[in-house]
Amino acid sequence: MLGMDMTNAVTQGIPQTTAPRETRSFAHGLSIATLGPLIALLLAGIFFTTQSDRFLTGPNLSLVAQQVMVVGTLAIGQTLIILTAGIDLSNGAVMALGTIVMTSLAVNAGLNPIAAILIGLAVCSAFGALNGLLVTRVRLPPFIVTLGTLNIAFALTHIYSREQTVSNLPDVMTFFGSTFRMAGTNITYGTVLTVVLFLVAWYVLSQTGVGRHVYALGNNPEAARLTGINTRRLLLGVYTVAGLIYGLAGLLLVARTSVGDPNAGQTDNLDSITAVVLGGTSLFGGRGGVIGTLIGALIVGIFRNGLQLIGVASIYQVLITGVLVILAVAVDQVARRRQA
Amino acid sequence: MLSTSFTSVRQRLPRRLVALAIVPLAPAACASPAATPAASTSAPAAAGAGQISVGLITKTDTNPFFVKMKEGADKEAAAKGVKLVSAAGKFDGDNQSQVTAIENMVTSGVKGILITPSDTKAIVPSIKKARDAGVLVIALDTPTEPQDATDALFATDNMQAGLLIGKYAQAAMGGKPARIATLDLAPGISVGVLRHDGFIQGFGITNTDPQVVCSQDTQGDQAKGQAAMETCLQKDPSINLVYTINEPAALGANTALKAAGKDKEVTIVSVDGGCTGVKAVKDGTIAATSQQYPLKMATQGVDAVVDYAQTGKKVSGYTDTGVTLITDKPQSGVDAKDTAFGLDNCWG
Repeated sequence: MLGMDMTNAVTQGIPQTTAPRETRSFAHGLSIATLGPLIALLLAGIFFTTQSDRFLTGPNLSLVAQQVMVVGTLAIGQTLIILTAGIDLSNGAVMALGTIVMTSLAVNAGLNPIAAILIGLAVCSAFGALNGLLVTRVRLPPFIVTLGTLNIAFALTHIYSREQTVSNLPDVMTFFGSTFRMAGTNITYGTVLTVVLFLVAWYVLSQTGVGRHVYALGNNPEAARLTGINTRRLLLGVYTVAGLIYGLAGLLLVARTSVGDPNAGQTDNLDSITAVVLGGTSLFGGRGGVIGTLIGALIVGIFRNGLQLIGVASIYQVLITGVLVILAVAVDQVARRRQA
Repeated sequence: MLSTSFTSVRQRLPRRLVALAIVPLAPAACASPAATPAASTSAPAAAGAGQISVGLITKTDTNPFFVKMKEGADKEAAAKGVKLVSAAGKFDGDNQSQVTAIENMVTSGVKGILITPSDTKAIVPSIKKARDAGVLVIALDTPTEPQDATDALFATDNMQAGLLIGKYAQAAMGGKPARIATLDLAPGISVGVLRHDGFIQGFGITNTDPQVVCSQDTQGDQAKGQAAMETCLQKDPSINLVYTINEPAALGANTALKAAGKDKEVTIVSVDGGCTGVKAVKDGTIAATSQQYPLKMATQGVDAVVDYAQTGKKVSGYTDTGVTLITDKPQSGVDAKDTAFGLDNCWG
């Protein structure tokens, strides 16, 4: 509670403030901004249920969960960064690098798969830290920094993999793709990991001092610094943690596709931003949260799956996503103006 | 790795714009399916009981080659009274989108999936899952690695495509000493290697023959084709025969040759048979091209799935969907059709 009071103090008198209603517990996840996306998700779900008897079934919903877990997990890291008023264009490329490092070390170099996974996660974290250092120490804009590291990670992925897809992975690596049975439905351990990551991120953001500092930083970095928050260290921490999360997304991707693919993730940076924005998190920082992001990722997944089930070409999902993104940002802008 | 990489970005962009312009006319109800009851009309016979449905997954939505393929599949599906569901990757090499599409199609209950794999190795585990679920999977245009990961392959014989233009070029040179430039695809991509080797063999020489004075990679791209030709002309200004992996590369080469004032004395031969390419054959920019048939791949693919659904018989192995030499300057001893035929059967 102390942390939150401080946030309020920080944002007092500044036009772009966090709404008071956002100040308590779950409200961080389910603010007005999240309500719209949630309604959209439910309506889409109802629509597809009426159109296809295959939609609202355990196996199909489990499938949708598997299909959104990679971008969803990337979007957790993206949410953290966007909350600080930053942006990360490098996440898909960093993830791809992580997957190639993991799989290549395990398959081509014969390293213990667990060690290979840990090294892959470390590489992703290091890239996150690099982004953070460039943003905090060299004071470059996050857009430019991550545009640079996007290209660097992409190139390293292709150089290191020699353009070769890595297959025949050890079982340990694809563990998160394996399933357990619950209520007659096969659920992957990857889905469980994704849900756990969302819960942890939600808890940290809404229930801890560090989380509130992140919001304060996104609202007004100068004011946050004046209240005694070590903003540089906090930002560096956010970028590094985001990097680690991208590594975990990579592990999920490897488990899902059973290969290390140097071409993976090329549009995942924008897809993760899409999920964040659809979920009602403001690109200007300080407003939103990961529950919205989860809903945003699910909206994309539900439309893709549902349209396919009723026989509509997948390109229409892209069209709908575009419309929804603009709607979501428009809603955010209107909300912002009302408060100002 | 066939055709997406063969079409220059320049060619793709306008298509995308056209697609955008068309969008409002397409089932507009999709934009807000939850809100309007009209939406249901855009999903005719949704998973109707007993209706056979066929999935088509291409590398991208935008390349003319795949547009033609989808057109063929749509027509054939309508003719056979079956339902076609289509999906595509966002870019060439987008394995994740193809994996997702396979999963969704299997869930939706398709009898068979026709796919041009973007990543010939990475897609294999997903194809296996689909086949394990009883779905017939046929690769169109591009084989998977290994090829038998799919039930069957319907594709162009790229070696034959190369052989045809090699023989044609040999006859067209009329015994003159040849100075050859080959504008290839990229190292290690089977389509490019097969066409190149076919050309060389058809010409009656080997890769180490001194008549081959320059070989450059173009990725099948027009701008890179131009740069490659410029480099080759620097290396040897006496080049008089140019083989190109596809027509965009050929048009790029022609630009370079024109700039050097050599376009009249150099013969260009190519492979693909896209409409732009055939027009270039008609106006004499390209002497001859080997035309392939994406529409046929799709048509035969749909037929095979329908057959499987009705009789339980699975198609297997490789089916050659044919290739025809298109030229208006035929040479004796080499079978060819003219550009009127080529334009009737071209794609894009």
